Amino acid sequence: MRGKHIVLIEDEPNIAEAISFILSREGVRVTHSASGAGALALLQTAHPDVLVLDLMLPDRSGLEILAELRAVPALAALPVLMLTARGQHRDREAAERAGASAFLAKPFANADLLAAVRGLARGGA
Amino acid sequence: MPFNILVAVSLLYVVVLFGVAFVAEQRARGGLAGWLRSPLVYTLSLSIYCTAWTFYGAVGYAARSGLEFLTIYLGPTLVFVGWWWVLRKLVRIGRAQRVTSIADLISSRYGKSNFLGVVVTLMAVLAATPYIALQLQSVTLSFAVFASDTPEGWALPDQGATALWLAAGLTLFTILFGTRNLDANERHHGIVMAIAVEAVVKLVALLAVGIFVVWGVAGGVSDILARIDASPIADWNLKPGRWAGLTFVSAAAILTLPRMFQVMVVENADERHVATASWAFPLYLMLMSLFVVPIAVVGLDIMPAGSNPDLFVLTIPLSAGAGKLALLAFLGGFSSATSMVIVAAIALATMVSNHIVTPLWLALRVGSARAPGDVRGIVLMSRRLSIGAVLALGYTYYHLSGGSAALAAIGLISFVGAAQVLPAMLGGIYWRGATHVGAAIGLITGFAIWLYCLFLPSFGSGGLISAGVMAEGPFGIGWLRPQALFGITGLDPLLHALFWSMLLNTSTFLIGSLASFPGPMERLQGVAFVNIFDQSSGPGGWTRSAAEAEDLLSMSQRILGAEEAQRFFQAQAAAQGKLGFLPDPTPDFVARLERQLAGSVGAATAHAMIAQLSGGATVSVQDLIAVAGEAQQIKEYSAQLEAKSDELARTARALREANDKLTELSVQKDAFLSQISHELRTPMTSIRAFSEILMEADLPDEMRTKYAGIIHDETRRLTRLLDDLLDLSVLENRRVQLNIGVANLHDLLSKAVTAASNTRPDRAFVVQRDAASEHMPVFTDTDRLLQVFINIVSNARKYCDAERAVLRVEVKKRGRNVEIDFIDNGSGIPKKSQALIFEKFARLTDTSHAGGAGLGLAICREIMANLGGSIDYLPGQGGAAFRVRLPLKRAS
Repeated sequence: MRGKHIVLIEDEPNIAEAISFILSREGVRVTHSASGAGALALLQTAHPDVLVLDLMLPDRSGLEILAELRAVPALAALPVLMLTARGQHRDREAAERAGASAFLAKPFANADLLAAVRGLARGGA
Repeated sequence: MPFNILVAVSLLYVVVLFGVAFVAEQRARGGLAGWLRSPLVYTLSLSIYCTAWTFYGAVGYAARSGLEFLTIYLGPTLVFVGWWWVLRKLVRIGRAQRVTSIADLISSRYGKSNFLGVVVTLMAVLAATPYIALQLQSVTLSFAVFASDTPEGWALPDQGATALWLAAGLTLFTILFGTRNLDANERHHGIVMAIAVEAVVKLVALLAVGIFVVWGVAGGVSDILARIDASPIADWNLKPGRWAGLTFVSAAAILTLPRMFQVMVVENADERHVATASWAFPLYLMLMSLFVVPIAVVGLDIMPAGSNPDLFVLTIPLSAGAGKLALLAFLGGFSSATSMVIVAAIALATMVSNHIVTPLWLALRVGSARAPGDVRGIVLMSRRLSIGAVLALGYTYYHLSGGSAALAAIGLISFVGAAQVLPAMLGGIYWRGATHVGAAIGLITGFAIWLYCLFLPSFGSGGLISAGVMAEGPFGIGWLRPQALFGITGLDPLLHALFWSMLLNTSTFLIGSLASFPGPMERLQGVAFVNIFDQSSGPGGWTRSAAEAEDLLSMSQRILGAEEAQRFFQAQAAAQGKLGFLPDPTPDFVARLERQLAGSVGAATAHAMIAQLSGGATVSVQDLIAVAGEAQQIKEYSAQLEAKSDELARTARALREANDKLTELSVQKDAFLSQISHELRTPMTSIRAFSEILMEADLPDEMRTKYAGIIHDETRRLTRLLDDLLDLSVLENRRVQLNIGVANLHDLLSKAVTAASNTRPDRAFVVQRDAASEHMPVFTDTDRLLQVFINIVSNARKYCDAERAVLRVEVKKRGRNVEIDFIDNGSGIPKKSQALIFEKFARLTDTSHAGGAGLGLAICREIMANLGGSIDYLPGQGGAAFRVRLPLKRAS
C-alpha cells in the first residue's frame, strides 16, 4: 500500500482524523475533503488509487457524487469504498447500484477498513 | 177466442221477437250497429222497468189505493232527472271497470271480493224470485181471462200447469236469446233490440186501451173527469209516510235491480245516451201512467163487483166486445212479462255463473288442464242452468204463495230486497272510506231483516213462518216479531221492513267501514270508483290518444334520459313495423309508455303527464296531489341519497386523510430511525476507531491525550443525544412534569446568555438587550423556559454568519402574552427551510460546528407548547429571527 494515494471525503472531523491516521500509518497518502463540493475537481486533479466516500454528507449525498464520477470516463473505473452510518441493507444496495466497489458500515474495525482499502488499491474488487 | 189461437199468437209474437233479435245481432256483428245503438233504443230498453206489474198491476193499484201507484214512477223519474249525480257516475264506472253485473260492481269496488259478489248474487236471486213469480202470475191470469170470456167456454186446463208451461217456455226463450254466445262485456244487442220492440208494443197497447176506454167506453175527457170525481179514487187520502217510502224504494230499485243495471249500465253503448234517457224515459213512464186512472175508474164503474182490478186492461175491451184490442192488450202484457223475465234471468244467470259456478268449477278443477274452450262451454252451460234455476225459483214462489196476492204487493217485496244493495253501492261510488267489511255487514244485515220481516211473511201467516212466531215473536220474544221489530207496532209491514232494513243496513255499513281498514286493492278500487271523473279514461286504458309521438318522445327523454327513451321508442316502433323513433301513439303503446314512465316518476305523475299530452284530459286536483306526493317522495329519497353520498365522501376523505397520515407517520418513523441510527453510529465510529488505535499502537503522549479527548467528547455527544431523545419523547407525549415557579424575565435571559457563551466561546458575539423592558415576572416552568432561551442563543452563536455577530433581544407585552424576539444579523434561514427547522434532525448545516443532533428546536417547540406558548420563526427580519410567546398569567 505504500505510496498509494487515497482521497477521503468525510464530514465528521473525528472520523476523518481516525481514517487518515489508520491509512497514513500504512504509508498511504491521504487527501481529505470535508464536503462534497468540488469533489469531482479534486478527484480529476489528484488521480487517487482509491476513493473513500461517506454516504451522508451535509451538502449532498455521497450517492450523487458517485453517480457523477462514474459518468466521467477517467473516473469510471476508480475503486470507491462507500461508508455509511445508517448501515441498512437498503443503503448497501443503493451504493452498489450507484457503482460503489465496496461498502463499509460505521462503526467499523480498523482492520476491516485497511483490508477493504488494500483490496481496492491492488485492483481487486 | 180459442186457447190455441192465443197460444199460437203468443208463439208467433215470440218468433217475430226472435227474428228481430237475430237480425240485430247479425247487424251488430257485421259492424252495422248504427241505429241499433241509438239513444232511442237505449231509452226503450229501459222500459223493462215497466213489467206486467206496471201493465196490469198499476190499474189494480190505482183501483185499490188511488194515486199511490204514481210513487212507482216517481222514484225512477227523480233518478233520471237527477242523472248527472248518480246515473252518470254509475255508467262511467261500469264502462271503465268493465262491470258485468251489479254483483260485479260491488265485488269490484270492494277489492274484487268474491265473497261480496256471492252475497249480492244470492240476494239478487232471492229478491227477483217474487218478481218473476209476479210475471208468471200476470200472464197466467191473462190467459184465464180469455178462457172465462170465450163463448165456446174452453176451460183453462189448470192455472198451475199454465204457469209451469210458461216458465218452461220462457226458460227456453231466454236460453235461446241470451246464451247463444259469450261476450266479454256481457252485451246483448239482439235482446236489447227485442225488448225495445216489446217496449213499443206495450206502450202502444196500453195507450190503445186507454183511448178506447176514454173515447169508446166513456164519453170523452170531461166524462172521465166527472167519473173520477165520483169514484172512491178521488176520496183517497195521501199517506205521506207511504209516499215517501215507496218513492224512495222505487228510486233505489231502479238503481239496484239486476235487470235495470243490466240495461242501464252493462248494455250502455254510449254515455251520452243517458242524457237523452234522462228526459225520454220519464216521458215514457208518464205515457204509461197516463190512462191508468181512467181505466181504473171506468173498470170500477162498469165491471161487476168483485172482478180483479189487476185485469181491467184486458177485461174492459173484452166486455166491450173489442176482441182485437184485447188481443193487443194481451200481447202488451205478455211483452211486459217476457222482457222483464228474459233480462232478469240473463242478469241473474250472469251473476250466478260468474260469482258462484265458475269460481267453484275452477276451484274443483285445480291442477287439470284448462283449455279456453273448456271454460267457455262450462260458462255457457252454467248460464243456461242458472236461467233454468232462476225461473224454477220464480215458479216455486208462485206455487207456494198461491198466486193470489195482488201484483203490486209482490213487486214491492222485490223492490225492498233489491234496495238493500243501495248503501253499499252509493257508499262505494261516493265514499273512499267504505270497506268490504262494512259492505258485507250492511248487506247481510239488511238482507236478513228483509228476509225475516218481508219475504218469509209474504207466504202468508202459517206459511214459511208459523202464525205463532208472527204473533208472538220467535221463542215468545215480543220485540222480535217480524212485523213489529223492537216493539214498534202499527206500521205498514212494507214500510216497517223498509225502515228497519235500510236503517240497520246503512248504519252497520257505516260503522263497519269506519271500524275496518281497506286493503290495498280495495283502496285502489275505491279511488278508481270515487274519483272516476278525475281519470281521463279510466285506469289502465287510453281509449283516445291524440298524443303526438314526438311530444311523447321529448317528454320521455326528459324523464328517462335521451338514450333509454330513444331505445324504448325505437323498439316500440319496430314492434309496430315502423322504422325510426316514432311509433304510432296507439292506446297500447301509450299505456306501455305510461308504465315505463311510472317506473321513474311514479304512476300518478306518469298518468298526469301523458294525460296532458294526450289532449282533452284535465289533470285533477287529486292527480296533482298524487304528483306532489310522488315528487316529495322522490325528493326525499334523493336527499337521502345525497346525504348518504356526502357522508360516504366524508368518510372516504377522512379515511384517505388517516391513511395519508399513517403513511406519513410511517415514513417519518423510518426517517427518524434512520436519523437516530446515523446520529448514534457517527460518534461510535470515532470512539471505536480511536479506541482501537489506542489499544494497538505506541503513541506519543500528546496524541494519546488528544485521541482520548475525542473519545470523551464523542461519548458526551452520545449521552446528550440520548437525553434529548428522551426529553423530546416526554414532551411530545405531554407527560412532562412542569415545575411551575416565578422568575424575573430579565434574570432568565441573562442566565441564558451566560450559559450559551460555552458555545463557540472563541467567537466575538454581541447581545443587545433593553433591560427596562425585560423586568417582569413570568409564572411558568422557569427551567424549561431557560432551556429554550439557551437553545436560541446558542444557535445564534453557532450559525450566525455575520463578521461581527450581533443578537438583538426585544421584549414586549402584547395582550395577555409576552413576546421575546431574538434577531441576529446573519443571512438568516433560507425560505424553503424555514418550515423545516422545528422538525427533528432538521440540521441545516454540517454537524462539525453544531455539536447537537438537530433536536434543539424541536425540543423548544414542544416545551413552548407544554408551557401554553409558542415559538416561531419570524421571516423578513434580515437575519435569523425567533419569537417566543408566553402567557403572562399561568394557564390554569
